[in-house]
Amino acid sequence: MAKYNSHILVCGGTGCRASQGEEIVENLKQAVSDNSLESEIQVVRTGCFGFCEKGPIVKMIPDNTFYTQVTPEDAGEIISEHIVKGRKVERLLYTDPENKEQIADSKDMGFYKKQIRIALRNCGFINPENVDEYVARDGYSALGKVLTEMTPEEAIKIIKESGLRGRGGGGFPTGLKWEITNQVENEEKYVVCNADEGDPGAFMDRSILEGDPHSVLEAMAICGYCIGGSHGLIYIRAEYPLAIERLKIAIEQARNLGVLGKNIFGTGFDFDVELRYGAGAFVCGEETSLINSMEGLRGEPNVKPPFPSVSGYKGKPTNVNNVETFANIPVIINNGAEWFSAIGTEKSKGTKVFALAGKINNVGLIEVPMGITLREVIFDIGGGIKDGKKFKAVQTGGPSGGCLTEKHLDIPIDYDNLIAHGSMMGSGGMIVMDEDDCMVSVAKFYLDFTVEESCGKCAPCRVGNKRLYEMLDKITQGKANKEDLSILRNLGNVIKDTSLCGLGQTSPNPVLSTMDNFADEYEAHVKDGKCPAGQCKDLMEYVISAETCVGCTLCSRVCPVDAISGDKKQAHVIDTVTCIKCGACMEKCKFNAISIQ
Amino acid sequence: MAKVKTLDDLKKMREQLQSKITLREKSDHPEKMVQIKVSMATCGIASGAKETMNYLIEELDNRAIDAVVTQTGCMGYCHSEPTIEVHVPGTDPVVYGNVDTKKAEEIIAKHIVGGELVDGIIPASYKTANEDDNEK
Repeated sequence: MAKYNSHILVCGGTGCRASQGEEIVENLKQAVSDNSLESEIQVVRTGCFGFCEKGPIVKMIPDNTFYTQVTPEDAGEIISEHIVKGRKVERLLYTDPENKEQIADSKDMGFYKKQIRIALRNCGFINPENVDEYVARDGYSALGKVLTEMTPEEAIKIIKESGLRGRGGGGFPTGLKWEITNQVENEEKYVVCNADEGDPGAFMDRSILEGDPHSVLEAMAICGYCIGGSHGLIYIRAEYPLAIERLKIAIEQARNLGVLGKNIFGTGFDFDVELRYGAGAFVCGEETSLINSMEGLRGEPNVKPPFPSVSGYKGKPTNVNNVETFANIPVIINNGAEWFSAIGTEKSKGTKVFALAGKINNVGLIEVPMGITLREVIFDIGGGIKDGKKFKAVQTGGPSGGCLTEKHLDIPIDYDNLIAHGSMMGSGGMIVMDEDDCMVSVAKFYLDFTVEESCGKCAPCRVGNKRLYEMLDKITQGKANKEDLSILRNLGNVIKDTSLCGLGQTSPNPVLSTMDNFADEYEAHVKDGKCPAGQCKDLMEYVISAETCVGCTLCSRVCPVDAISGDKKQAHVIDTVTCIKCGACMEKCKFNAISIQ
Repeated sequence: MAKVKTLDDLKKMREQLQSKITLREKSDHPEKMVQIKVSMATCGIASGAKETMNYLIEELDNRAIDAVVTQTGCMGYCHSEPTIEVHVPGTDPVVYGNVDTKKAEEIIAKHIVGGELVDGIIPASYKTANEDDNEK
């Protein structure tokens, strides 16, 4: 086998591929062969490194140099300088935003320092399309161990003792779920992997499937053994073509290797996995809707009980777990329950992957121990707020979660704390907002999403959310009165209490939590007809200050609706009736003469 | 691909494949193992640093010593190329000059395995002007 002195790892996740990651791989390989180094240098396409803000990422092994924002044109220089002459290409190194120092090794970056990668252990480390590398990383040894050395009950006990809870949002103890499904008598049982990641801004499941698909397959087989099922199904949205492609490759390789199929490890245990594609409906992340969708029915939830553990796919006992939950399983089996439960808080063990998005410097995917504070996540790892603006709020848990504010920055993040403060873990999306964001508009944005995604089966969700949206719309137009605010809150609570499934039971959260935390902002809209953040178009006017304006005419030329008039070298005036509030004039003005009132 | 029929098959397979990624695993915590930097600027390459480096990698591997061999730029000792810096955990880094494959073998056998310094050390009085300033 060829032995390489140096490995060049290139991110092959969707994000970096969109920035010409494939061309970078090709060019690096070309440059390696131009220098006749094929026998010494291996170029590897890996999964996501997580630091998407600075992608595409190229990591040099063994000296761990972390190159950021690499372009295909840089490939030649990386080979001729770094590899041939041993000099780092300094312009591609990461610059610490605070002290402006260049950091070569990713371990020294604020973004990585506080992370513990368990579910993402192989992402950005192995080639996801090569089962050999997964096996070299102890892959399928957990499955082998469970099948040959343990009874299903013993394996379930390990998962129970580890304290692992469902990473898809609900936080239900995984071991308990397996135990319940195990105890239901039936010859046919199913293992389902929920890969219908629907939260806007969340991409942890996609990254795991793209970067380490075998870990999910291995965990599903372990689950199958534990519950007594031999069929696995992965419900994945068709909008994830790369994850689907890598899963297909992984399933094929696992079958060839004999870790999927008949008589695995000679133990007589059979297990195989099939893919099922979803059309990308948010409600299908809910397990009963997901099962309906897999059966070819409409993606609508059913009343629970019966839970899928008792009657799920085709009416058979079905164990549904999320991708990230599964990714934790093989490591827990290999390292033991104690190792896992030593990480995290009392009731939330292990780590959680979060997708950082919004007005934050380091957009990307992180994995941190439970119990870390929002402040550490947003400021230490996330690098703070973009453009030096002030932090205002963070939405955790996607459209089902709530807004947390400055006063929540120091609470330890875990399932129960987030719920206690009016939000939730959800699948781990974190959207950060700054002082320029209007919280009423934010709530409206999420409601817009849930109204669109509501399946329409139950009235509270179908009708109620629509009414909530209309009321929020009224507020942002300055047409609401004080009474509307109390109706809004009341209706929100009714929808939460009476909806059929998780979608409706959580959809008013963004409204209720912003009302709690930003009451003054709602009042300003209703009482004073003002939007403090200057985002609600109907409540603001662009005004030119007559003193500051020098009459350069730039604004009147850029105005798309000719709403600005005035002679050269004379102060200009905006006709507020014609003005469409696009803000083009304000952007163009060199004298800061235009303001929002 | 051969089918894995037992857990032992998998273990054997893993042992065979381990080398594919050990380099990556090592680079995750290089401070725990022997680190060797080979000066690979034009002067080093011309004097045979490439052969030295390849030899080091091979020999350390043969002896199953956990080590990371990386290349670095010119250290300034162009008169004594190839130069290498050897850093055994818990000790100060040492720079050797004129390291051909024979010297490299001696360094591995005596310095890295035996823990004794060998001839060819470039005097370590190479503080930079900046460091001197700081001390004052």
